[in-house]
Amino acid sequence: MFRRYGDRYVATFAVDEVRVLRKVASEVVGLLTDGFDHGDPVVGRLFPEVYPEDAASAAEFRRYTEGDLKTAKIDQAGAILAALPDGEVGGEVRLDAEAAEAWLRALNDARLAMGVRLEIKDGTDLGEELDDAVAEDPTSSRVFQLSVYAYLGYLQESLLNALID
Amino acid sequence: MGGMAAPQVAPVETPDTDEVPASDRPWVTIVWDDPVNLMTYVTWVFQKLFGYSREKAEQLMLDVHHKGKAVVSSGARERMEHDASQLHAYGLWATVDRS
Repeated sequence: MFRRYGDRYVATFAVDEVRVLRKVASEVVGLLTDGFDHGDPVVGRLFPEVYPEDAASAAEFRRYTEGDLKTAKIDQAGAILAALPDGEVGGEVRLDAEAAEAWLRALNDARLAMGVRLEIKDGTDLGEELDDAVAEDPTSSRVFQLSVYAYLGYLQESLLNALID
Repeated sequence: MGGMAAPQVAPVETPDTDEVPASDRPWVTIVWDDPVNLMTYVTWVFQKLFGYSREKAEQLMLDVHHKGKAVVSSGARERMEHDASQLHAYGLWATVDRS
């Protein structure tokens, strides 16, 4: 979890955490590059229609802004990848304020993407979802994805608290 | 989607001379509720992007959370599109509409 030391935001990650963070950040980059598909509901959530009732204006807005927004999102996911320790090791991550904000936005993008895939709704009780998934099959991908989603929320909150302090 | 924050007034037959023509009315940026974004994060984004006080940002976040949406800024259309774009970079669900 992140803590503030002077003007740096610092966290120590175990090797498993590094692996998970690298995986989710890479998946976001993949989604925004080779895998970019307007028909994907995750892309729909990361790039909302700004004029939901005016298709022509919405398309024009997208034409002018989507490239920059995509670049910004790739860069912020890249900020996670750049700060993680190299290789299959755990270690410390130290962020300045700018990198910390990039991490916040990137963690949020990753959570939004996972939230769509996991069908997180208003009032979804994450603990309950996880219990149900474990009862069904503790080795399932859903158990893993739900755990990662919960972990990212916890990490994002700790970084936000460190920034606000 | 695409509704307005202010209650709709039923059309009246007597034209109101003070009425502002639709083309002169300002535009608004609306943020919609979503099940993923953390409440503390949404508050922080409003402070960060709009320079709102903690109290104002928190009230807007609560409006989004409880009412499903809130108007977070108003002004010229280009300005609202800029705001919506910024909000999208932070992962908030923002749309633009006439006030």
